[in-house]
Parts: sequence; structure tokens; C-alpha cells
Amino acid sequence: MSTLAANAPGVAGSGLEDVAASEASLRRFLHGLPGVDQVGLEARAATLGTRSIKTTAKAYAIDLAISMIDLTTLEGADTVGKVRALCTKGRTPDPTDPTTPRVAAICVYPDMVATAKAALRGTDIQVASVATAFPAGRAALPVKLADTADAVAAGADEIDMVIDRGAFLSGRYLDVYNEIVAVKEACRRPDGSYAHLKVIFETGELQTYDNVRRVSWLAMLAGADFIKTSTGKVAVNATPPVTLLMLEAVRDFRAATGVQVGVKPAGGIKTTKDAMKYLVMVNETLGDDWLSPHWFRFGASSLLNDLLMQRQKLTTGRYSGPDYVTVD
Amino acid sequence: MAKNTKKTEAPAAAPQAPAEPAGKPAGGLFGYAPAPESPAAAGDIASSYGHFIGGQFVDSSGSEALKTVNPATEQVLAEFARGTAEDVDRAVAAARAAFTDWSALPGSERAKYLFRIARIIQERSRELAVLESIDNGKPIRETRDVDLPLVAAHFFYYAGWADKLDFAGYGPNPKPLGVAGQVIPWNFPLLMLAWKIAPALATGNTVVLKPAETTPLTALRFAEICRQAGLPKGVVNIVTGDGSTGAALTAHPDVNKVAFTGSTPVGRAIAKQVAGTRKKLSLELGGKAANIVFDDAPIDQAVEGIVNGIFFNQGHVCCAGSRLLVQESVQDELLDALKRRMGTLRVGDPLDKNTDIGAINSAEQLARITALTDAGEAEGAERWSPACELPGTGFWFRPTLFTGVSQAHRIAQEEIFGPVLSVLTFRTPDEAVAKANNTPYGLSAGIWTEKGSRILWTASRLRAGVVWANTFNKFDPTSPFGGYKESGYGREGGRHGLEAYLDV
Amino acid sequence: MSDVVSRLDVLKTYKLYVGGKFPRSESGRVYEVTDAKGEWLANAPLGTRKDARDAVVAARAAVKGWSGTTAYNRGQVLYRVAEMLQGRREQFAAEVALSEGVGAKKAAALVDAAIDRWVWYAGWTDKVAQIAGGANPVAGPFFNLSTPEPTGVVGIVAPQAGYGHSLLGLVSVIAPAVATGNTVVVAAAADAPLPALSLGEVLATSDVPGGVVNILSGRTADIAPTLASHQDVNALDLTGAIAADGPGAAGGLEALAADTLKRVIRPEPDPFAQDWTNAPGTDRLLSFLETKTVWHPMGI
Repeated sequence: MSTLAANAPGVAGSGLEDVAASEASLRRFLHGLPGVDQVGLEARAATLGTRSIKTTAKAYAIDLAISMIDLTTLEGADTVGKVRALCTKGRTPDPTDPTTPRVAAICVYPDMVATAKAALRGTDIQVASVATAFPAGRAALPVKLADTADAVAAGADEIDMVIDRGAFLSGRYLDVYNEIVAVKEACRRPDGSYAHLKVIFETGELQTYDNVRRVSWLAMLAGADFIKTSTGKVAVNATPPVTLLMLEAVRDFRAATGVQVGVKPAGGIKTTKDAMKYLVMVNETLGDDWLSPHWFRFGASSLLNDLLMQRQKLTTGRYSGPDYVTVD
Repeated sequence: MAKNTKKTEAPAAAPQAPAEPAGKPAGGLFGYAPAPESPAAAGDIASSYGHFIGGQFVDSSGSEALKTVNPATEQVLAEFARGTAEDVDRAVAAARAAFTDWSALPGSERAKYLFRIARIIQERSRELAVLESIDNGKPIRETRDVDLPLVAAHFFYYAGWADKLDFAGYGPNPKPLGVAGQVIPWNFPLLMLAWKIAPALATGNTVVLKPAETTPLTALRFAEICRQAGLPKGVVNIVTGDGSTGAALTAHPDVNKVAFTGSTPVGRAIAKQVAGTRKKLSLELGGKAANIVFDDAPIDQAVEGIVNGIFFNQGHVCCAGSRLLVQESVQDELLDALKRRMGTLRVGDPLDKNTDIGAINSAEQLARITALTDAGEAEGAERWSPACELPGTGFWFRPTLFTGVSQAHRIAQEEIFGPVLSVLTFRTPDEAVAKANNTPYGLSAGIWTEKGSRILWTASRLRAGVVWANTFNKFDPTSPFGGYKESGYGREGGRHGLEAYLDV
Repeated sequence: MSDVVSRLDVLKTYKLYVGGKFPRSESGRVYEVTDAKGEWLANAPLGTRKDARDAVVAARAAVKGWSGTTAYNRGQVLYRVAEMLQGRREQFAAEVALSEGVGAKKAAALVDAAIDRWVWYAGWTDKVAQIAGGANPVAGPFFNLSTPEPTGVVGIVAPQAGYGHSLLGLVSVIAPAVATGNTVVVAAAADAPLPALSLGEVLATSDVPGGVVNILSGRTADIAPTLASHQDVNALDLTGAIAADGPGAAGGLEALAADTLKRVIRPEPDPFAQDWTNAPGTDRLLSFLETKTVWHPMGI
């Protein structure tokens, strides 16, 4: 079952082409990756969290963070009206200040893609759609592929898929790999281009950092354009150490293959202070090459208003309040 | 894994996300603006200081003053007395006078004094952190997050022992020694003070402490804290000065206990000096620790541990991991990662909250580091440092890596006490242990491997007083610290640390 | 304006302390608390079996966090209790004097001793592993280390007799259990519950997480059997189970506890002769610990 694997982009010439040739070779490779010491990883993330970002650096980082947001609504109660309102918020996050950057993308369920696409016409804001039976991913492969194709057909620029955590935890790595490859293929448009594929690991369910490093490599080998921590629907979502580990993984993957992959922490990032910590991690682990919405995103909703309030504070010198940012 | 550094291109499917915001600060896309801690937070620094003897700040009997400078700016912070033999005599007499009552106090009452001190240190920790940073040159991030929390914890821990000595394993009702003469170094001024004073007082001794000649200020501020805590007069005495003052203290006939932290040559001299006396002696001296990285190490964390091991506190750490012993099969991968990481170290203003490496403590120490690194180059080791700008004034040294080092090089044998790492390689665990132990020192060591049994096998063979596995430079008041061989004797910290101050 | 108008005091409503909150008894009932001469002092909540059940739930929920915090941190918290108690020394001295019928000076000394006892145990949190654990030199290539761990939820029948029982005695049974990381449900001295209920107010303002200490007033015969038979209680301190017979008697409670093999501290042979000012030693500290021994091979 390696015909699909041949489609994985960028790995050619790196010596990693045959890694997914069999279940055994993929397992050998993933289990041969360096281990992760939990205490050391968490200590490093905590230390980076003590960086003090002030004045001009803060202004830069706030605008960068706004521009990296995948502004998200993923509720059973979502309506056309709700999605349109969110799109408006994404286009003009702060109506009182036109210098405020736009968000990177609006993230919705597949049936809302067309609505979002229409509402964002004329902007360069991307429409991201979750797919593959998000958030649990517990559906048959054809259903997941149809879910994906449907979203792409409706105009989605980006697909946020979930991996089969059950398969991963039971050691069926090749199944996970093949599913990503298949979903990537379902992202293909009639003109031959591809919707951008973000692969969600649900790291809170994988629990160990060794698992997170392995699944990061697995997804990148399978052709992920972005690797993403979480759905936002479980108890433990993005954390600084998990994200730091994934940043290290994309760094090492590029060194090994030349292919650059983006990272998206999602869920639980609510404050400007949180966002600063993530940007510091990107800055000190990966540097300038990843400091752009092309390569780093925040999956968030309430984060935007906190960034806007902090932005107003920098402009006016006064602390803002929730009555002075819009609720959508 | 194949290395491939070909230039990356954005995949064709990269989305057309909005352009990055304008107004980038200088120095990479995301340069951190200065985030300085206010020097005023250090509180008032007097223009000149005397000693703290018998609960009072007093003038020296002599007239010689020394100057302490801020090593980041070379500005004089204050003058302080160069303690004379007569000053030492007064201080020892004050300590002797206080000993009777202090040692007779119920342990629970001594405990409460120490708890008070611990709490006041916690309350005043920002002030003390800034003052320490100014006087020593170490980054505020470290004084704030490492030194001060450990100082308070140390007093808190030994406070609890004061009324529990019967349970410490030294038999019923163990007795104090008397007057302790304590001489401490400049690398962790307040922390070394805590390591010395807390166990001494908990066990019922009184002390005369001499801080280092380049870093007296926090010890003098600590004297104020003793007063705030209501500590009986004479229990703690601080006499400032230089080596001659220290020698007068350790030689004083009415001192019952000598505790010294500093260089091995001075420690050796003290050991000779007290030979033939009844003084009890504990020494915490130099080191040349091996940090051993096996091929199955958690690589990213090992890199952090190596960096923390040698660049923490500018490498002014007796237990610094100054010799990196890396298994040959992972040498290239590890060194690439280490160099990349060293490139992100931020050297500069110690009071900037984002500084990782501050100033070298003194011109003298800078000269010593420079001389030894020059010798390393002259002996043929390959030198590397990341590009980084150093401030124009003050004492600075770039984080430095030497590869191609052998055990025969001076930089593999002598303690540099600076941000300089010597890299050696090994092929087998036996070779790693042999090289690690091949030094007169034996203070600490590090082991990096994901295999637990190998950690324990290696640890059991290392001749070092502290062995860190998959971590480095960790300290805790409950954990004994001290060396084998010429790194000294006696332990500080933990239940074991009581023994140095008890007549047992 | 010169006449001094007599001012009416505001009396305190005494409440239970469960899960960090101050509920009234689930029963809605109170009982009269009197001083040593039989004069009415206050109404105390009549804690019931259901209150005891709720308290065990709260104590269990707190085990993970409290036992997981560092020993150093637990020491800081216990010391904070001493600091807070010091600030309310006069109030407690008055309550102890009324509860035990001792003079003001003796009562103050008993409160001081209670404060110092918190300090004593604050210092033990990060030392008990060093006297109760250690490396074992097994014959073989193994690293072998024993460390003490808290047993879990401890049910405590607080002292009902002896010199200083109402506060000093109470602290002397609570502090050693929580110092080592256990959480406790305490049945306060039935006749002298006011210092215990006030101690709840001190604990609530001392960084002690809710649920670590839970204090119930009421009849020992109601509360103690509930704790003794409760399957989610790991250990039982019967110091205050001084009834000669009936449901509150120590023998029967110990037998109930045997069903789930709870660790049990028995009452003193003569509880009325007990002097709580005596140095506590380490007996109680070591009573509610489990020793865990870890083996690991040493090899390349």
C-alpha cells in the first residue's frame, strides 16, 4: 500500500521516500526518532514564556498575531448569520481603526464554506473548513473523503482534517498515513491545484510527547502543509510545550527534506499574553522563516478581542474594556 | 537522517494569506525591545559600608576601603571596608558572646527566627534580585527565577530542622559547634550566604561571614533583614574584605568551624591552615564536570541541558558542565543543534528581563577566561562563538565552544569559570566514564540517555558528588551538594548538610 | 453625645467547613454549645451522616492536587496557617477558655502552642521523606529506593478530652495528616466545637486548598461510624472516640474500619489524662503514609 505514498510531496531526494513503504518501516522510522524528555521540554517552554515583550516589539507582535488568526466558529448552533458576522469581524476586526490587520482565515464547518466564501469575496482572507468527520473523526474513509471534497468544491481554501487517533494509539501508523494521503488527494481541485491541508492531531488525546513527535513526522511525510495541535473540543488543547515540540519537528523536517511545513496551535489560546508566548517560541525555535501567516496560525476566537484591546491600549495608553471591541 | 539544507520554497498550494504587518522592529522580524528592570528597585545603596557586628553596622578599625563595581557598566556602586584582623576579632567575639543564648534557645524558637528571615527574603525578593544583578552582573531573569527563590527556600528548609535535630540521624540532642567562620564566593553571593548561614543557625551555631570582595552588597542587605527579623545581636556577623580578611577569619583561634566555598587552591590552603586544630572544616571547591551525551539522548532537551550547564550564570558555576562528552555517532547532529541554539542566546544588560547571559563578574575573571581560551586555541582546539554584539563598556565574554579538545588540553583540565564549553568525544560507556573521571575534580556530572539502566550504571561509576540525569544545574535545599576528590568535602543542603554544623 | 450607648454585639453563626465552603448542616439542625459552667455560648450545626458523606467527597477530590503539590509548597501553606492563626490569637484564646474552662493566660498559652504546632509540621513536609525513606542496598545490580506517600483520605475523630484538646489537640491531629499530603474529614469535639469551626475560617484564608481539611460538628456517634465504614476513606484516627460503648466507641469503629482495612490510630488508654502540650514526636506524622519501593536495574 505505497502507491499513494508516492504522491507525498517534497520528500523525494531526502532518503525518506521509502519510510512508508510498509507498516514495519514506518514504525521503525517513527520509533527511531529521538525521545522527548517531558520535564526538559516543559521547562524550556516555561523559560521562553518569561520573555518580556514591550513597546515596539509588542506592537509588532500584536499585529502579527492578529494576522495569523484562523477566526473560528465550530458550533452545532452555527447559522448563516453567525458566519457572516464572523466574516465581517475578520475583515475589519476593529472598525474604529483601519490600520488593524485582517485575520488570516475564517474557519467553519463544511456546510458554511459557501457562506463564508461569499462573505469574504474581494478579500484575501482564506476560508478554512474542518473536515473528515471533525472533531472525532469516527467515520468511514469514504465519508471523510466526501466531507473533504464537498468542502473543497464549495470553495474552501484550506482543509483542517483530524487524524484517526484510535488508529494511531493502537499502532496502525500506516492507516493514519494513508488516510492523510487520501485526504490530501481529496483536496485536489479540478484545475490540479490543492486546497491547503492542515492535519489535526488532537494532542490532548495522544498524551505523550513522544507520540506528538512521531505523529508530526508521520503527517509531514504524508504531505501535510500544516500540522495542528487540537480541535478545541477536548479537555486539553494547545499548550506551549506541545507547540514547541511541533515547532522543533517542522524545523527538523525541513532540515531533512527541504520542505517547510506550517504549525497551528488551536484551542485555549485566549489572551495576548498567551499569543506572545507562542510567537516567542516561533521566533526562538524557527526564526524569521516561520514568522508569517503562511507558516504559523492561531486557531482561536476570543483571542482576537483581547489582542484588539491590547492594541487599543498601546495606541491610547488606557486599558480598554470588552464594551469597546465588537462581539460577533 | 540525511541532512538537506536546500533552500525552501513555499509549496504551490500555499494560500494567499495577507501580507505581514509593517513596522517591524530592527534585528530580525521579531526583535525584542529593551525590557529593563528598574535599577531603583534595588533600594538605596550607600556610598560606603562598614561591617555588621553584634547587630550594628560599624566602621572598620582600619582605614582601607575596597570598591565594588557594576560589572556591566564598570561604575563604582559603593565603597566597603577591607576587614582587618581586629575587625575579625571583634566579630568573632560578638559571635562567641551570642552563642551561649542562641544555642540554648529551644529549637522551635530558633526555627521561628529562620522562618521570619525566609519570609522577609520572599517579601523583598525583587529588591534583592535587582541588587544582586547589579553587583554581580548576572541576568535578572536568573536572580529573579533561580537565586532568590532558592535563597528563601533554603532558609525555609533549615528553619524546619531547628527543632527536629533529634530526628536527623545524629543521635539524641546533637550539639552545635560554636562560632562558624564562613567565606563565600562571588558567583551566587546571596545563595552561598544562605547555604552557609541557614544550617549554621538552625543547628545553634553563630556565624561570622565574609562575602566576596566583588559582591558584598547583598550580604550587607541581608544584615538589615536580620535586624528586621529581630535576630539576637551577634548571631550573624558580616565582615567584608578580601582574601586577607578571609584568612584572618579562617585562622582565628576562637572559630570552631570553617566553611569555605571557592577555588581549590584557596581551599587547600585553608585545609593546611586548620590542620592540627580542633576546627571542623567543610569545603566546596572547583569542578570540571563532564556532561555525557549518549546517542539515544533526548536531543533537544540535551541541547538545553548543555546550554544551561555551561552558560547559566555566565559559566561562573563550580558545578558547570564545562566538558561535553558526546558519543561520536551523534556528534555532528548534536553540535549542529547546539550551535544553532547558542545563536539564540541573548548577551547583554543584566537588568534586561530578556538577557540570557550577563556580564563577567570582574576584569580579573575576564582576563583569566581570556587567557585560558587563548591557550585552548594555541593548543590546537577549534574555537567557535555565535555572532553577537557585546556592549562597549563592562566585562563581557561571548558564549564559546571548543571542538577537537582532548583530555591533554588545558581547557579540558583547568576550571575556566566562564561561558566556555570544551567538547570531547567517546565511543563506549566505559570510555565516557573513564574520561569523565579523569580529573582531580569531582563535583558534578551529567548523563543524557533515554535508557534508565544506563543512567544508573553510569551514575554509579562517576566519581562526582552530584550527578544529574537528563537535566543539569538543578538545586534544591533538600538535596545534598558537594564534591569528591579535590572538589572539597562535606555536603551542603538536605539532612546531610546538618552534619557540617553539628558536633557529631 | 457624652452618654455611652451600650452596643449590641454581632454574634457569629457557626458553620461547617466542607470543600472550602461554609455550609449549614444538611439536616438544617443545630445543637447548643455551652461553656464549662453550662452557660449557652452558641448554636453549632448538627452535622449528619450526609454531611460526612459530602465531606468525604470533597476530601477525595482534593487528594490529587494536595498530594501532588511539592512538599516545599505544602510547608509554605502550613506556615501560612500559623501566620493567620497568630493574627486571631485573642479570638481563639477566648474560645478555648470558654470551651475548656481554663483561665485566660492558660488559654493564650494553648493557642500559642497550637500556632507553634503548625510551624512544627510546616517544617516536616519536606523532611519526612528523608527520615522515612531512603536507598536500600539490595544485593544485586539494582537501584532501590523507598519513599513515603500519603495514604489518601483520613477520617479523624478529634480529641474530646485532655488538656488543650479543643484547639491544640485538634491541630495536633489535623496537621500531621495534611503535612504529608493526606486530606482529612474531622469530627470536631462534640462538646467543644467552636475553636474547630473557627479554625475552618483560618484555613479558608491560608492558601489551604478547599477540601484538604473538612470540619464537621455534631454527635460523634453519628459522624464517626459514617467515616469508619465509608469505603472511600483510607485511614481513621480514633483519638477522640472516647465513648465506652455505643456507636461512637473506638472498638466498634475500628471493627467497621477493618472492612476496608483502613489504617487506624487508637485512642490513648486514658484520653482524659492526655496533655496536648507535650512534644508531638513523629508518631502521627508517620501513621498515614504508605511506603513505596522502586526497583530499577543498573546496566549499560
